[in-house]
Amino acid sequence: MSTTDKDDELTRRQFLLLAGRSAAGAIALGARPGYGDDQPDAAAGEAAQAADRGAARSPVSFVVNGQARTVSVEPRTTLLDALREELGLTGPKKGCDRGECGACTVHVDGRRIVSCMALAAMQEGKRITTIEGLERNGQLHPLQSAFIEYDGFQCGFCTSGQIMSGVAVIEEARAGWPSAATLDVTRRFGVSDLTKAEIRERMSGNLCRCACYPNIVDAVAQAAKSS
Amino acid sequence: MHPFSLSSTEDPANAIAAHARDSQLAFIAGGTDLLGLMKDRATFPDRLLDINRLPGMAHIESRPDGALRIGALARMSDVAADLQVRQRFPVIAEGLLFAASGQLRNMASMGGNIMQRTRCAYFRDDDDAPCNKRRPGSGCSALHGINRNHAIFGWSEACVATHPSDVAVALAALDAFVIVRGMGGERSIPFTDFHRLPGSTPERDNVLERGDLIVAIEVPARPEGRASHYLKVRDRQSYEFALVSAAAAVATNGRQISSVRLAMGGVAHKPWRLSAAEAALRGVSLDDSDGLKSAIAKSFGDARPLAHNAFKVELAQRVALRALQTAGARA
Repeated sequence: MSTTDKDDELTRRQFLLLAGRSAAGAIALGARPGYGDDQPDAAAGEAAQAADRGAARSPVSFVVNGQARTVSVEPRTTLLDALREELGLTGPKKGCDRGECGACTVHVDGRRIVSCMALAAMQEGKRITTIEGLERNGQLHPLQSAFIEYDGFQCGFCTSGQIMSGVAVIEEARAGWPSAATLDVTRRFGVSDLTKAEIRERMSGNLCRCACYPNIVDAVAQAAKSS
Repeated sequence: MHPFSLSSTEDPANAIAAHARDSQLAFIAGGTDLLGLMKDRATFPDRLLDINRLPGMAHIESRPDGALRIGALARMSDVAADLQVRQRFPVIAEGLLFAASGQLRNMASMGGNIMQRTRCAYFRDDDDAPCNKRRPGSGCSALHGINRNHAIFGWSEACVATHPSDVAVALAALDAFVIVRGMGGERSIPFTDFHRLPGSTPERDNVLERGDLIVAIEVPARPEGRASHYLKVRDRQSYEFALVSAAAAVATNGRQISSVRLAMGGVAHKPWRLSAAEAALRGVSLDDSDGLKSAIAKSFGDARPLAHNAFKVELAQRVALRALQTAGARA
C-alpha cells in the first residue's frame, strides 16, 4: 500500500468511531429511554443539573510511556478513557468496564492495574505504561515476542492486557510475591517457582474468550525463563 | 457514571469533618468496589474525597508487643507479600491471595476491602430489582428468588446476602481490631462487632457513622497465628467469590488442640465465627477426625438454609474441618 493510499483511506479507528456514532444515534431513537446512557431516565433532570458540576474538566499530569503528558478530564473519566480518548492510546481495551476482564490492564508506577476502575484525575504524577510503551528501541519486549512464538492469541482483543499482566506477573515473582497457587506462603518465593499452575492463577484476572490460555501460559513461562 | 466532583486532602481531620457534615460525600482509596457500585448505579455520591494522600496510613508494622498494625491504605498485594504477615499470620496472606485478581489486589486498600458491599446479584442489578440494601423498603428479591450463593446463618426477611471479603474472615477469626478516627477521636472496634447482621436495616453493612475514617487494622499477637490457614471453595478455581470459606488458626499441646479460632465466609451477612465449635474443639486431638467433625457440628445446629443453598450446611462443615486440619499441619 502506498503512503497516499493510506492517507486517503479511513483508518480502522476512524471507521469504528463513525460506525459507533451511527449506532448510538440509532439507539437514541429507539424505544428504550436511557439505554446506552449512564443515567436512569427518572434521574435525568437531576443529572442535567449535576452535569454542570460533573462536567467541569481539570488538568491532570502524568508520565505516559516515558513522556510527560497533561490531559483535561472530568472527575468521572477513567484512566482507560483518558488513555484511549484523550491520548489516542488504544492498546488498552475496554471489555467489561468493571475490572473483571483485564483487557484494560496497564502499569501505574510499575504495578499492573485495571485502568477502567481507576479515575484519571487521581493519577497526578504517576508513571503509566501501556502496551505501546513496552518495546525498547524498536525491539519487542521478550513477552511480546513469546506471544508471537507461542501463538498466544486469536482475535487479539485481550492481548495487550494479557501481555501487560504477564510482564507484571514475572516482576511480582521476582519480587518474591506468593499467590493462591503457592503451597506454602510462609516460604520465600522466586521466579524459578513460577510453575504453569502459578502462572494460571496469577493470570486469572485476564480473560480470553478465544481460550488461548495454554499458549498464553507457555508464552509467560518462556519469558520468565529467559528473563 | 453519574457526574460527581472529586477532591483530595492530606489532612485526616479535614477528611473526617467533610465526611461528617456532607452526607453525599464518599471517601475513595483504591476505588475498585466504589466505582463498580457507581457504574452499576447502586450508589450515587455527589462528591468523592480521595484519601490516598493521607500520611502514614499505608504502613505495615510489627509492634513491640507483637501486634501487627496494617494501615488502612496499605494495598492488598503489599500485605499479602509481606514476609512477616506470611510467616506470623499465614491465614491473612492467604485470605488476601484468594481474593480478586492480581490487578485488583494492587489497587484495593485494606480499609476498602472490609467496607466492600455484598455481591448479591439482585443488589448489583441495575434494572432495579427490589433490594432492601439498594432501596430500603423495596423488598428482598433473593429471599424467594435465586439464593444458591446466599446466607445460611443470621439472615433476616429483609436481606439474605453474604459478605464478600475473604481477609475479613481471617481478621474475624484472629479477633483483630478496626482502628477508627471520628469526630469524637480514635476508637478501636473489635472485628467481630464491625460488620452487622441485616436485621431490619440491611442497608447498613457495618457500625461506622458519618465522619468515621478507618485508619488501621490491628491484629494482636496470637499463639494460634502461625498455625493458621484460609480455605476457599468456589465455583471457579480462581478469581471468584466464595461459596463457602473458612479461616482456621490453632495452638496445640502435642497433637491436642489447646486453643482454636474458626470463622467462615460465604455463609452470613458478616464473617461468621464458630464459637460453639471452638469451645468443643479444645482438648480434641488433631488426628481424631470424627472428634473434630462432631465438635464443628456444634456450630451448625442453628443453620437456616434457603431454597437453593442447603448444600452449604454440609459443605461448610467439611471446609471448616479441612481448614483446621491444614492449619494443624503447620503447628
